[in-house]
Order: sequence, then C-alpha cells, then structure tokens
Amino acid sequence: MGRTLAEKVWDEHVVRTAPGEPDLLYIDLHLIHEVTSPQAFEGLRLSDRTVRRPDLTLATEDHNVPTVDWDKPIADPVSRTQVETLRRNAEEFGIRLHALGDKDQGIVHIIGPQLGLTQPGMTIVCGDSHTSTHGAFGALAFGIGTSEVEHVLATQTLTQKRPRTMAVTVNGSLPDGVTAKDLVLTLITHTGTGGGQGYIVEYRGPAIEELSMEGRMTICNMSIEWGAKAGMIAPDQTTFDYLADKPEAPKGADWDAAVEHWRGLVTDDDATYDKEIVLDASTMTPFVTWGTNPGQGVPLGEAVPDPASFDEPSDRVAAEKALEYMALTAGTPMREVKVDTVFVGSCTNGRIEDLRLAAEVIKGRTVDPDTRLLVVPGSAKVRLQAEDEGLDVVFKEAGAEWRGAGCSMCLGMNPDQLAPGERSASTSNRNFEGRQGKGGRTHLVSVPVAAATAVRGTLSSPADLPALD
Amino acid sequence: MDAFTTHTGVGVPLRRSNVDTDQIIPAHYLKRVSRTGFEDGLFAAWRDNPDFVLNRPEYSNGSVLVAGPDFGTGSSREHAVWALMNYGFRAVIAPRFGDIFRGNSGKAGLVAAQVDDKVVSRLWDFLEDNPGGVVTVDLESRTVKAGEGADAIEDSFDIDDYTRWRLLEGLDDIGITLGHADDITAYEQGRPSFKPATL
Repeated sequence: MGRTLAEKVWDEHVVRTAPGEPDLLYIDLHLIHEVTSPQAFEGLRLSDRTVRRPDLTLATEDHNVPTVDWDKPIADPVSRTQVETLRRNAEEFGIRLHALGDKDQGIVHIIGPQLGLTQPGMTIVCGDSHTSTHGAFGALAFGIGTSEVEHVLATQTLTQKRPRTMAVTVNGSLPDGVTAKDLVLTLITHTGTGGGQGYIVEYRGPAIEELSMEGRMTICNMSIEWGAKAGMIAPDQTTFDYLADKPEAPKGADWDAAVEHWRGLVTDDDATYDKEIVLDASTMTPFVTWGTNPGQGVPLGEAVPDPASFDEPSDRVAAEKALEYMALTAGTPMREVKVDTVFVGSCTNGRIEDLRLAAEVIKGRTVDPDTRLLVVPGSAKVRLQAEDEGLDVVFKEAGAEWRGAGCSMCLGMNPDQLAPGERSASTSNRNFEGRQGKGGRTHLVSVPVAAATAVRGTLSSPADLPALD
Repeated sequence: MDAFTTHTGVGVPLRRSNVDTDQIIPAHYLKRVSRTGFEDGLFAAWRDNPDFVLNRPEYSNGSVLVAGPDFGTGSSREHAVWALMNYGFRAVIAPRFGDIFRGNSGKAGLVAAQVDDKVVSRLWDFLEDNPGGVVTVDLESRTVKAGEGADAIEDSFDIDDYTRWRLLEGLDDIGITLGHADDITAYEQGRPSFKPATL
C-alpha cells in the first residue's frame, strides 16, 4: 500500500508511538517571534527547564514592530517590552535572533524560505497559524499555541494525533492575470472556512506544478483559512532550483544526499487520500472577498451577494451580519466598491515576486488621490532587493508609502492599522471583523488587484486600467 | 494545570458561527508577556454593544460558553483560551472548533466540548428562555446537561481520549514527554546530516 506525501513526512518524524496515544513527532525547525513566545520561556523558567535544541530554533521580530522609524527605539512602551523580552530570552537560552535592523529580520514565514532553512521533508512549527506557508516546499508545517511552543522548546517534539489526508487537485492553467491568491480564495469560498478541518491537504495537479515557489507559498499559507492542519506541495525541480543558491541550503555531498531523498517525497501512485477535491484553474478569474471570513468571496466581476441566496440558514445569518459590518448592499457590483487603503504585504503576498507584480501595474501611473497605498516588504532582504531593482522608486513616484519589513497592517497590532469604518483592499489573509484595526473593513485581494485598486480607487483588476501611452 | 472532572455553571448563549480568535481577543490585546489579565480583551469589539450577551447581568457570572460552528478558527493565539479562562469560563460547547484552538484549550485546561448542531440550538433556546440557567459539563461521562423534567437536555460530547485523560488527571504534558527523553535522544542520533541547523 502506497503512502501520501504527508504520511511519508509524518512517518519519518515519529519518535514514539503507542496505542491510544498521539504520536510523538520530532520537530526539525522551530520558528519563534515576540508575541507567542514570552509565556513559553517563562514556563520553562518556572519549571526549571531549558531549551533542548537552540540549534534548531530561530527567532525574529515581526508582529509587533513598526514599519517606519524601525531604526529607532519602539515608541509604544508595551510593544517595546514585548520585543525586549524576546531579545532577553534569546540571549539567555542561546537562540539565534534576527532583530529589527538586522538584514535577515522579517516575517517569520518569509525568512525561513529565503535563508534556505525551510527544506522539503522537514517538520516546521511556529506559534503562528500561517506556518502552513512552509508546506510549499514539501515540509509538514503547522501553527501551534504557546503551550506547544514551550513543549517544543523543552523537548524538540510535539504530541500530535495523525490527521487525515486530502488532495486538492487543480487541473488546467491559470489564465493571464489570475494568480495563486485568486486560486486559493476561490478554493476557500468553495469549501467554506471549516472545509479542511482535520486534514493535511496536498495541493497537486498541473496548475500547482506551474506555480513559482512564491505562488506555492501563497497557496499553502492560506490552508489554515479553510481549517486545514497543514498544506503541502510535493517538491520538484522548481523547489530544488529555488533552494540551490540559498545560504543555508545543504552544500556539496549533503546537497546531493538531500535532493536524492527529496525526490522520494511524492505521493505513491497507489496511495489513497481520505478526501479529494478537484478544481479547474482555467475557469478562474480575479477573486475578492465581500464578507468577514475568507470563505465569503466572489469573482471581481460579480456583485455583492444577496444573503437570501444562501441555502444554509447559518450561512444566511452570517452573510447578513457580514454585510452589515462591511456596510455593503446586496447587488452592488464589486468593481464599484470604493477603497480607502490598499495594503500590499504580509506572509501571504510580501515576497519579492509580489512586489515586482505590484510595481509592474503601478509603474507610470499614480495612486488615486483619495486612496492610500502601503507597500510593506515581508523581510529586510526583500526590501533591500526591491530597492536594488528600483521598485521603491516606482512606488514612491506613484504616491505610495514604502515601508520597513514586518507583519504591518495584516493584523491590527503594530501602528499600521485601519481607522474605524475605513475600507481596505489587502493582499493579506484575513478579513475578520477588526482584523486590520477596530472597525476596519477588509477585502482580500491578489497583488495585481491591489495595485489596480490603488490606481482607480475602487476594486479593480489591471485590465480595468487605461493603457499607458 | 488544574484537574477537571465536572463543572456546573451559568451558560452563556453566543449565537454566532465562525467566531475566529481575532473576535475572541483582538491582536491589540496580545502585547502582555504574562498568561493573566487578558479578560479585558475578551470579545472586546462586541462588548461595546450594551446588548451583547456578556453585558447582560443575568449572564455576568457565566462559565460555560455555548457557541455556533467553527469556534476559535484563525490565528493560533493561545491568548484566546487565556482570555476565556481569565474571564471565568471553564468550558466551551460548540459543534466544531478550530484545530489549534481546540489543542490550546486541552493544554491550558479549558474543556472544548464538541456536540451536535441540534444540541447547541437546544441549549441556546434553553439559556435564552432561562437567563442565568446552568449547564453541566461532565468530563468523566462526556455529557452536557441542562434543564429539568421533560425538556431536560442531556447529550454526549466529543473530546479525544488523550486530552480527556490529561484534563481529568491535571497532567503536565511536557513532564510526560520528558519521561520519553531516551526515545528522543535515540531519534536524534539517526537524523540525516543534511538537515539544517540555525547555529
């Protein structure tokens, strides 16, 4: 009986298994940040325990840091204390930290891959639900809570019940101008926010194989938004090519041994999944959300739905509540929705490829005078590379704000927030009530839609923009 | 962690589905470095509304929350569990939970009791008709109970065996795993050399 990719990676990490108990899984890489780790370190101290493998642990500062004046002390004293707590904990326990100002600082899910620390077949955890991002490399990666962060720090393992497996097969090719973000938003509206619950999902099929690593990361990143435990994509030549020149990828004989092993990390032909979903990429179009969870979306070319059109009573109630919060009327074309702020960034869409795509749309155009465009690189390295390529100049000349690296406006924690009632088009991952700031209203969009929306001031795709001379 | 066997307390009907952890506690409230003091952030946006269920005096001592499907989805923040516990909740009853939230609950000592949709609907009706009514969550028998007589509600709930055992015994998860330190060391000796290290 063959095994799926997820089962192979799982089996390779079982330290101990016993009837009636969850498996004890070894963790290859533990990523930590300032928000979900302080109580874990405090727990270690209270129990007189220590960090078992600081050499498999990496810390950075991302959620609670400003993206302006990042070279000065953090102004908010409570935020500063949280960041300084991480610095003290890293020092005390001998953990490598990429602090604000360091060239390798950035969103935890951006820096793992760009350093080459994220590799196929690994188990990777972090106290952050978007850890699923790393699954794009064929790693088993998932978010954990702070008690589990403490468990991993102390033991380098986690107790985990083996989840079921699901295949999402995406046939065809994405049309021009339609991105991985549109694909995953389409999928989540199809399944609902609970559709992946209890499953490790493997994304496969021609449309997935055609994606760059950046696109694959965008897909796996949003696995949690439909409830999946993790999302994975089998490693292939695209994966190996991406990793080959990364600073901390294996070198020499280790590289050869690693690639040989990684080539085996594919689902066997005779393996079976517990569930399968099949989608056709060729019919997909730019996709945006209208509601307050990522499963409430429509194609950009459609209108705000009528709550009465939903079959399930609970969906109807949820739609009514969402439209009220979003201040939208059923039947309004999505393209007529006026946006105050556009946010390009986050662990979903804050990589160099995303910034290039945004710059391509923005170049030679200007941001609508009533709209603010915030461009936030996902890491310091992405910022430096973008500046090297002159992308920052493109953004600034168009009237956008060019910022330092961090989670920024994705989560309403640091100074980058929406004001009450303000509406955003955001390349991030969550449109929950108040997610980007209390009372803020979020539409999740792809990078090209974000950039075109900034120019027109209403939800738009690049095809809606007048051609440049 | 304190052991949990059974708890009877005021039930709070939260008639909402898809209550993500950003609703349970917004990110703005996650800046503390302790495990306590998060009750102020619990359902912060909704508590501005005087009609919100927690603002009604009959439910003010609530300790059993009854919510719709997909409670605790989204962010992995364990602060959501701490906020509920800091406020006084000992158990949450819902038809479906976000995976990470459910895991965090089991680690921190909050019982996440998964029941059928119909049970939640009946509990909501009961608690709205009888504000301040109590609900019992019995972990030993895995049952939820409310009301009396012909309309009494009694049904089983799902929780995985291992989490139930740890909650009943009040056991420290890390302590159990450290008991298997030899297995971990043995596993480490067989790890391939191409696996990366951060130091």
